[in-house]
Amino acid sequence: MLLNQFLLLAAVLFSVGVYGVIVRRNGVLVLMSVELILNAVNINLIAFSTFWGLGGQVFALFVIAVAAAEVGVGLAIVLLIYRNRRSVDIDQLDELKG
Amino acid sequence: MLSLFAQLLPGPFTAPTIDWLALGPEIVVLALFVVLVLLDSIKLERATAFMPAVANLGFILALIPIIVLAADGGDRVLFGGSYVVDSMALILKALFVLSAYVVVLLSTNYLAEGDYWESEFYSLLACSVLGMLVMASSRDLVGIFVALELLSIPAYMLAGWRKGDVRSNEAGLKYYLMGVFASAVLLYGMSLIYGVGGSTRLDVIAARLVEVGSEGIPVITLAILLTLVGFAFKVSAVPFHVWAPDTYEGAPTPVTAFLAVASKAAGFVALIQIVFFCFIVRGDIIQPVFFVLAVLSMTVGNLIALRQTNVVRMLAYSGIAQAGFMLAPFVVADELPVQSRQAVVIYLVIYAAMNLGAFAVVIAVARKTRSAEIDSFGGLFTYMPGLAVALTLFLASLIGIPPLGGWYAKFSVFSVLIEAETPLGLATAIVMAINTAIAAYYYLKVAKAMWFDDAPDGDVTPVPVPASLNAAVVLSLVVTFVLGVLPGLITNVTEYGPLAVGGP
Repeated sequence: MLLNQFLLLAAVLFSVGVYGVIVRRNGVLVLMSVELILNAVNINLIAFSTFWGLGGQVFALFVIAVAAAEVGVGLAIVLLIYRNRRSVDIDQLDELKG
Repeated sequence: MLSLFAQLLPGPFTAPTIDWLALGPEIVVLALFVVLVLLDSIKLERATAFMPAVANLGFILALIPIIVLAADGGDRVLFGGSYVVDSMALILKALFVLSAYVVVLLSTNYLAEGDYWESEFYSLLACSVLGMLVMASSRDLVGIFVALELLSIPAYMLAGWRKGDVRSNEAGLKYYLMGVFASAVLLYGMSLIYGVGGSTRLDVIAARLVEVGSEGIPVITLAILLTLVGFAFKVSAVPFHVWAPDTYEGAPTPVTAFLAVASKAAGFVALIQIVFFCFIVRGDIIQPVFFVLAVLSMTVGNLIALRQTNVVRMLAYSGIAQAGFMLAPFVVADELPVQSRQAVVIYLVIYAAMNLGAFAVVIAVARKTRSAEIDSFGGLFTYMPGLAVALTLFLASLIGIPPLGGWYAKFSVFSVLIEAETPLGLATAIVMAINTAIAAYYYLKVAKAMWFDDAPDGDVTPVPVPASLNAAVVLSLVVTFVLGVLPGLITNVTEYGPLAVGGP
């Protein structure tokens, strides 16, 4: 196995995630796309940590824990919007502009 | 049993040495967070009235270890160099704690009158400030990332604080989605930096970036770019600013003040850490990036601010322009590291004072007019002259008129740009001079409405301003004045070399 294989997988996941954030209109799917990017980060960190020691794996653990906290808050906000508007389409959020 | 266990171990146990005093401010704010959560959980109805007082007391207490550490002097290095408490970190911690103190003053009546879940508000605020304090000392990618999330996640919740209001919901969601996307991109950049640098410690990475020299330029450029893009979102630099005006307008105004001052300052502190302790060795890459970010932020921010009719939105766009001014010293970061870092910190401190003051007046006026439109400030001088004079002074300081603080902030940025004598630095200085002139127009538009226009509907009955708001206005005004008249107070503290510890 080469390092490149892991880095390529991570790069593909990152690109899919960025594409999803930009194109998807459903709040929950945008959150899932962000999770894809974070997983790309974890793959990168763990692949690199085979060269540089445990630091990268510890960093990956931090990323996983913080991502969970982030998603908790995100789903709460999306749920709040759903309660008030009966929709999670982020394109319909246009109260504020100018 | 214990002695049996000791026989199995290779040697005697030695506890790790931890400098508790150096962690003092963080410990106090953490204790404040715990106390606020406990006060809430015992469900004393009368306890909510004391929440703001407890929060204020906690932030004042957090100043004590900061002052003790400052009087003690010297740099304290903890956790093998990944956490450093030096004079620059201390001044930034004092800035964060004082901003939080003023934000509590701004929120007191707003929350009590609107009945908006007070205890949760103050505990989340304390949590966010804790993240900022950690950020000011982190010299490690993991530390910077965790601090960034610790300060951002409570801020997402605060932005959507008025749960039943769809505008506040929208502000929260926009801030959240942009924020998590930015931190995900930032993390991808950090993972590449870890791969190149071989460590999460900034000084080790910097040494390694020097070592590899011109090898691997594409991957290093990509890593630095992605990381800087992530931070550019946090400090609302153009072209990553789209969330800022919407979030500022929709969020409760005291939270807007917090986001516009403390959260933005924390983003800049993160940039300071990662640029001055790590990326500075690759000036060839960071110079053009910061040139583009700074010039675009000031120009676009100012031009859009010109046509705003809402004061909070105008302050949001002016904040984007001011972020451009604060990004300007980074253009010459590798030429004059000490002076440019000093210029950024001076700008951050003075900007916090004058912007918090402006928001305090806007909140006080909105108690009467229930609106933040510029028209609603008409005739303010005739019925609330004190607030009108105060807001005029804050706006004059934002323009940069001496002897107010904003003048010295701009002066220090200009002088470092010109002293560096690099083409990009001089170009930035020219764009900045033009933008300072443009900015005067929209700040003075508000001043004109207050002094010369008639009050809308002819309603000139003054409303009482609560003591806490008055205190916030007076505190900000005093700091704005003192730093303009006696800038030595802050330059003396910041002129220590940034590269003493952990630098390349």
